[in-house]
Amino acid sequence: MDLTATTTVRRPVSEVYTFWRRLENLPSFMEHLDEVRTTGENTSTWVASAPFDRKVEWEAVLTEDVANERIGWRSAEEADVPNQGTVSFVLAPDGKSTEVHVHLVYDIGAGKLGKAVAKYFGEEPHQQLDDDLRRLKQVLEAGEVVRSDGAPWGKRARKEFPQRPAQPLAAEERREVLGV
Amino acid sequence: MRANCWAGRNEVEVRDVPDPTILNSRDAIVRITSTAICGSDLHLLDGYVPTMQDGDVMGHEFMGEVVEVGTGVDPARLRVGDRVVVPFPIACGACGACAAQLYSCCENSNPNAGIAEKMFGHPVAGLFGYSHLTGGFAGGQAQYARVPFADVGPLKIEAELTDEQVLFLSDILPTGYMGAEMCDIQPSDVVAVWGAGPVGQFAMDSARVLGAASVIAIDKEPYRLRMAEAAGHIPVNFEEVDVRSRLLELSGGRGPDKCVDAVGLEATHGSAHIHAFDRVKQAVRSETDRPHVLRQAILSCRSGGIVSVIGVYGGMVDKFPAGAWMNRSLTLRTGQCHVQRYMTPLLRRIERGELDPTRVITHRLPLEEAPHGYDIFKNKQEDCEKVVLTP
Ligand SMILES: NC(=O)c1ccc[n+]([C@@H]2O[C@H](COP(=O)([O-])OP(=O)(O)OC[C@H]3O[C@@H](n4cnc5c(N)ncnc54)[C@H](O)[C@@H]3O)[C@@H](O)[C@H]2O)c1
Ligand SMILES: [Zn+2]
Ligand SMILES: [Zn+2]
Repeated sequence: MDLTATTTVRRPVSEVYTFWRRLENLPSFMEHLDEVRTTGENTSTWVASAPFDRKVEWEAVLTEDVANERIGWRSAEEADVPNQGTVSFVLAPDGKSTEVHVHLVYDIGAGKLGKAVAKYFGEEPHQQLDDDLRRLKQVLEAGEVVRSDGAPWGKRARKEFPQRPAQPLAAEERREVLGV
Repeated sequence: MRANCWAGRNEVEVRDVPDPTILNSRDAIVRITSTAICGSDLHLLDGYVPTMQDGDVMGHEFMGEVVEVGTGVDPARLRVGDRVVVPFPIACGACGACAAQLYSCCENSNPNAGIAEKMFGHPVAGLFGYSHLTGGFAGGQAQYARVPFADVGPLKIEAELTDEQVLFLSDILPTGYMGAEMCDIQPSDVVAVWGAGPVGQFAMDSARVLGAASVIAIDKEPYRLRMAEAAGHIPVNFEEVDVRSRLLELSGGRGPDKCVDAVGLEATHGSAHIHAFDRVKQAVRSETDRPHVLRQAILSCRSGGIVSVIGVYGGMVDKFPAGAWMNRSLTLRTGQCHVQRYMTPLLRRIERGELDPTRVITHRLPLEEAPHGYDIFKNKQEDCEKVVLTP
């Protein structure tokens, strides 16, 4: 599965690059990523939520790092779902914003897990990546992922319809959604 | 708290709902002192805007007192105790659209942007109390509201002005003004405004303030036309006269230089037959909007003129007069109002007495009577023009 998506963030290229390069930041806007831990100069551990409330964990290797231009990575050999990605940062024509171009490749294969992953991404895997980039923009431009009463889940905005009604959350629902 | 909720097509109900709380750090909670019912709410009531859900809190025109602010709100901008008017589009202040002052197209304020993008090609901003397509934000026909990006939108009112004088800065005064501003009004212009509802009335007043030679009000409700006439505009009743011929008469045969559509997708047609035909298409969803006014404005406007659309459309229209539009060099301008852009300049105009927003208020009701307010406003009973609710 090959996915591309692009957005423009109204922040300087260096800031957007630096944010992404600190891989620990990725889960703040990527829905399926729970955690990224840097383990060495070019290595990191990625934890993602998988179907049926499972977690998958894999090691990733940085394949490319050109400051303020491009970052590339791929999963290490033993990953259940081999994957790789690149992100490029390009100064937008306005001279101050950054175009973020993302390219992801998942080798989901034909096995049982591959099928489950494909299902997890749903009929519109694109939508998920587009929404991830929308949240990247929210975090960098507006400070955090925006919540509404109808869609209060922050980055876990999966559930489109029906949503909860557009009315304030009761205390216990609030605890469940925000953890406070 | 008590809040007026959507309860299915043609029904609103004041219910008990939880009090709002801070969900994002730049939120504020406002205790509402005045709120209003808008023509846009009727599109929700009548079921023309998809993605409404039972229990959605209605209302996007409100003001009140700040009772709580999130940790991310700069105290220099907003504090507990401030009296504020809240603009209906929710805008982050930092994205490309906000930087261009296109606040109702804010790229960051709609958590359901993906849905809006499917429907409109690109997403639109979050709006208070206006379906899940525009974010699923609870509205302001309630005792309290949560206001996101509270350091960007709300306008502080420090002057000795009453709620009624400033409440409409939340929507209809800026909307009417933007409708006139998009017309690039020249001193020789004859400006025709379709719809003598509150938005149309303010578009007319604004056209005059911006220097139009004359302003024409088109509607079918005699009491609304009388209200426009009392404010100095020329009334035209589309059920009594042929609109096109009357407009030619009033513009020396040229056609109005500038035309404003302040009606939108629920326009009625002078001819019952044509109206019934369009209504059926709308009901079976082969056409979602009834563009009578849009068509008539385009066909009436003089060559090279501007048609400014502030009436709301939601989906698709049939028989758009593309030939008239193209061959006669017409310009079409439109938008949900970029309210934040106009609030301060219009507050100054209110203070100077150039515009009097209170002139459209005909009904003042407690929040508990919101369903009755919707009923008389929608059905044009008791000469209802604009309802202000007090929680
Ligand atoms: N662009 C924005 O940001 C924005 C903001 C607020 C409201 N609006 C829209 O503006 C429109 C007017 O709002 P309002 O509060 O004044 O509503 P309203 O329902 O009170 O007024 C609409 C008026 O149009 C009249 N009308 C119906 N068919 C007509 C026709 N064929 N020709 C002339 N007049 C006709 C009705 O009799 C009524 O008086 C609505 O569509 C509303 O959604 C847009
Ligand atoms: Zn309104
Ligand atoms: Zn914005």
